[in-house]
Amino acid sequence: MLRKMVRFATAAAAVAVAIGAQAQSDTMAPDVLVKNVTLEVVDIIRKDTDIKAGGSVAKKKMIGLIETKVLPHFNFQAMTASAVGRNWGKVSADQKARLNEEFKTLLVRTYSSALTAYSDQTFDFRPLRAKATDTDVTVNVRVIQSGTQPVTIDYDMEKRPNGWKVWDVRIAGVSLVANYRTEFDNLVRDGGVDGLIKALQAKNSSLDPAVASTPAAAQKK
Amino acid sequence: MKRWVTNLALVLLLAGAAGCGTLGTDPRDPFESWNRGAYEFNEGLDRDLLKPVATAYKEVVPGPVRTWVRNFFSNLGDLWIGANNLLQGKPGEAVVDWARFAFNTTFGLLGINDVATEMGLEKHDEDFGQTLGRWGMEDGNYHVWPIFGSRTSRDTLGTVVDWFGDPVTYVDKGAVRWSARGVRLVSNRADLLDASRILEEAALDKYVFQRDAYLQRRRSLIYDGNPPRAAREAPLAEAESEPSVSAVARSSADVERSVEVPPSASAQTPAAPAAAPQPAATEALEAAVRLLEAPAAVAPTSGG
Repeated sequence: MLRKMVRFATAAAAVAVAIGAQAQSDTMAPDVLVKNVTLEVVDIIRKDTDIKAGGSVAKKKMIGLIETKVLPHFNFQAMTASAVGRNWGKVSADQKARLNEEFKTLLVRTYSSALTAYSDQTFDFRPLRAKATDTDVTVNVRVIQSGTQPVTIDYDMEKRPNGWKVWDVRIAGVSLVANYRTEFDNLVRDGGVDGLIKALQAKNSSLDPAVASTPAAAQKK
Repeated sequence: MKRWVTNLALVLLLAGAAGCGTLGTDPRDPFESWNRGAYEFNEGLDRDLLKPVATAYKEVVPGPVRTWVRNFFSNLGDLWIGANNLLQGKPGEAVVDWARFAFNTTFGLLGINDVATEMGLEKHDEDFGQTLGRWGMEDGNYHVWPIFGSRTSRDTLGTVVDWFGDPVTYVDKGAVRWSARGVRLVSNRADLLDASRILEEAALDKYVFQRDAYLQRRRSLIYDGNPPRAAREAPLAEAESEPSVSAVARSSADVERSVEVPPSASAQTPAAPAAAPQPAATEALEAAVRLLEAPAAVAPTSGG
């Protein structure tokens, strides 16, 4: 009986914490959200000895870190739709789900790779220039390093029922979503939507630290 | 030297011919097959020569020394950056650039320490291609030049002028001049090792990915990181009439962001990419660029 009660209490506490965290990021201002998440992730990277060591363990850990800390704040559906662009209309619901999944995997891999390159840069979180009623804002962060012009990172964010969600990231003025659009367009033109999904799958399996060494995962063109 | 040039021309002709047939349809890149040839050539050169040297440089030379080298050339560059800011009607920024040069050259020991950044004088990124862009000159076409890499027509002309704005060009002794260029090249490449690895991972078609990133980046630079917000906030109809890269990005994003898009709405977006900047071949400067384009214009037609 007591065990049951303890279990129940633990579960209830976990739910409460989860709801609390959720509610917190729901109401958090977009610039505060970006700052908190960035600093939290960077702090973990700085301290984690596994990540510092590099290799495939570090890579897996980094991917896990991004999936738990960063991913919840992205609207991947919107990113995928925007990257597919004009062809989105002819994509079936099933294909949408698969595209979404593959594109997400690719972006997470790329992002984790970019974070591995992080060394001792400092961040300058710019004050948000938006009205309190705005539902569509750009949060501007600058990465500062000696001897080079600061690199700007712009997060285009939209207010959704479950908090502010990123739908595009512009690094040094280069939009991630727009940059994939031509590539996706060409692949759909050459091999249809399934061709695009296949290309993404091939790309992802070639990057997968776990299967990259097996011949089955050899990238097909 | 002469034979080397002939060989290069031959390789490019062949590559251009081989590239035909797999053409994309991007209106900004009419010479795609030729460009892909040059891109392959550059990739080979990078893989076999520049990247290994840059990797070795990064491994052998200690971090602080690499920072000194980077800062030294960055400092020399601030002179021409300042000139371009002045030409773009930004005297305040020009003063910052030249003040950076003054402080870094003296207190920063010939520029090897970037004391100016620590003083709050921020580094800028300007070149003559951006100045021409500020003056209203269009991108023109996209090119990949052997060795020099990605350039729009406008930026090709800009690079020629930049050559004369580069203090290293005025070093009398040939050996010193070319060593300086070599070290700078290796230092810059070493700084891009991480970036090129990420590009390798992110891109499905590296050529296209790099081209689109370059064109977006140049546009952002011309506007100093703030491409006209008016275009971004404009409703779709307006965004289409002013088909900037970011407007295109934004407009189709706006349409499709609400995911449940009626097909008719998403069908509007193809018009935007198709209307991407066309060369406005009116300015006298443009004529000069045409001359520079001559070899690129010849290769694809003779090839296919």
